[in-house]
Amino acid sequence: MSRFRELAVLLAVALIGGGSLAVVTIASAQSGKPPAKEAPGKPAAKETPAKETTASPAAAPAATKVKYGVGREAKPEEIAGWDIDVRPDGQGLPPGKGTARKGEALFVEQCASCHGEFGESAGRWPVLAGGAGTLASHDPVKTIGSYWPYASTVIDYVRRAMPFGNAQSLSGDDLYAIVAYVLYLNDVITDQDLELSDKTFPTVKLSNEANFFDDDREVSEKSFWKKDPCMTNCAAGTPTVLGRARSIDVTPEDGKGPRVE
Amino acid sequence: MLKKNGDRDAGLSRRSLLGSGLALGGAAVAGATGATEVARAAEGGNPANLPPNVADWSKVLGDGVAVRPYGKPSKHEAHVVRRDVEWLTASRESSVSFTPLHELDGIITPNGLCFERHHSGIAELDPNDYRLMLHGLVDKPLMFTLQDLERLPRTNRIYFAECAANSGMEWRGAQMNACQFTHGMIHNVMYTGVPLKVLLDEAGLKPNAKWLLLEGADSAAMTRSLPLQKALDDCLIAFRMNGERLRPENGYPVRICVPGWEANMWVKWLRRIEIGDQPWHHREETSKYTDLLENGKARRFTYVMDAKSVITNPSPQAPLRHKKGFTILSGLAWSGRGKVARVDVSLDGGRNWRTARIDGPVLDKSLVRFYAEFDWDGRELFLQSRAMDETGYVQPTKSELRKVRGVNSVYHNNGIQTWRVSPEGEVENVEIS
Repeated sequence: MSRFRELAVLLAVALIGGGSLAVVTIASAQSGKPPAKEAPGKPAAKETPAKETTASPAAAPAATKVKYGVGREAKPEEIAGWDIDVRPDGQGLPPGKGTARKGEALFVEQCASCHGEFGESAGRWPVLAGGAGTLASHDPVKTIGSYWPYASTVIDYVRRAMPFGNAQSLSGDDLYAIVAYVLYLNDVITDQDLELSDKTFPTVKLSNEANFFDDDREVSEKSFWKKDPCMTNCAAGTPTVLGRARSIDVTPEDGKGPRVE
Repeated sequence: MLKKNGDRDAGLSRRSLLGSGLALGGAAVAGATGATEVARAAEGGNPANLPPNVADWSKVLGDGVAVRPYGKPSKHEAHVVRRDVEWLTASRESSVSFTPLHELDGIITPNGLCFERHHSGIAELDPNDYRLMLHGLVDKPLMFTLQDLERLPRTNRIYFAECAANSGMEWRGAQMNACQFTHGMIHNVMYTGVPLKVLLDEAGLKPNAKWLLLEGADSAAMTRSLPLQKALDDCLIAFRMNGERLRPENGYPVRICVPGWEANMWVKWLRRIEIGDQPWHHREETSKYTDLLENGKARRFTYVMDAKSVITNPSPQAPLRHKKGFTILSGLAWSGRGKVARVDVSLDGGRNWRTARIDGPVLDKSLVRFYAEFDWDGRELFLQSRAMDETGYVQPTKSELRKVRGVNSVYHNNGIQTWRVSPEGEVENVEIS
């Protein structure tokens, strides 16, 4: 192990120090296969097929970029197991189908203890439904219906992270049913028997999509770039205290933090 | 109680001796679980330990080497800890703890004090089972082990990671009476890692590659979309912080560093990078980490953390105990747009400013430490600091920010902080006109 590490470090140093070492040199250095010899039982060695570590120089000339021949090809079935992301255009939607009617029971069983039976939330847990028309008010209620731009985000997030504490446990059919129910609670779909599936899901649109825009600070906050900020007599009079944290009194007191041994 | 020499092999009895020693000698400490007061009592202390008397520690042997195989701070520093705010979140697993900035100096955050932000708790990965998958619009999808990553050329860089929500509780006014809670969602460490570009070159990008999806291995499977340009610029696949392995709470064994950008993007326990041609619009870049403006519209992809600063001492948790006289004001400044160029401080609530002294390294997208010494005449003070970065951006006041954004943005509050110092030396978080 330690010799393997030494070799790895030496190789890294050589590569950095050499700057523009030829790919050929690197490939031949790699062909020594130190991992396989030094640590046959290590995962790195086991997973590196010999044909890759001995990659011939002929494979490299196309690229001007340095290749180190480190890592191995990811297998399609490995990618399939971890590749769970869904995009607004529907890329990545898992197979399955479900209706809000079927989703209601599942939601009550799996989700309602935190999110409330109607997505209204229990305690401090996130509110999932409601809040329409509140975004420009003093107390915006940002829910899937009132705020989220894409329905795909709902299915992606529920699939990857919900239920909280039991993530990635829902079947494809249960996922579509629960998401259908959540969208039904938000009046995004109004028919309890409408079947959502990997085929139909991309047609579901949320109402707030158009209200997002890319970061524009360099334009809208251009005045924050200043050549010579004021240094003396920048405001008249003495400061008046407008508000104090002390009067709100929500700060955990010193010494009330977690105990340390 | 004296500790005897020569019991090197009697590990157990030695430890019990130590324990009883603590119990007896700990009287002074016992009364002060709030060790802050003890540490701060400038002219206090136990007369038995003060001249002309000779203290116990000058007479007896202390612990030998490796009795503390992984060293910890002095017991008198037990108050220097991360803290959380219980009412802030529904659960500890999706929550935040805060760095005690007021207790630190220089620019490096000790690993054990780096603020935490998890979405499904701390994932406890076995490094042997760690895999990083790179796939999508690449010539060859790749799988890396931790050992693989360590065989690639690496770099060392000091960067700050600031939560987009740092100071977020202050949008509507002064709320948290502690620097730790107003500004403590930040840490600054030296990362060791492989430039993300190296991995992308290894896989080979397709011509239509434009975006990356970063995904964590925790049960939140946290994802963010990252523009390719940033990925090729300065992102690091990091496996060490301040020399040692990442801490579990900071992504052990591997996280990504996205220098200068909101820390939500610094995906921990990084397990997968997918290359695509458009952003994914996932939960952490739609529902969260979008900035609602007064008109009901919202900014998205607000990646950069703008120039910001705060005076860490004095601050509400670090009052002025010495009354009048020579006084050192100390603080931190940083910018996600580059290097900090200058920091100004004001003692009178922004009426007049003087340029502070930056001491220590001034690095790209890193904290800098500044000081301003002054002779305090015992009057009420309104302390402020104002950072400028190399792009010419000047840290705005909170009212300037609110004028553009309203008060519902949640994120990216880099407004100038005011501390009021009373004639008694107490410090509080205030908003002033």
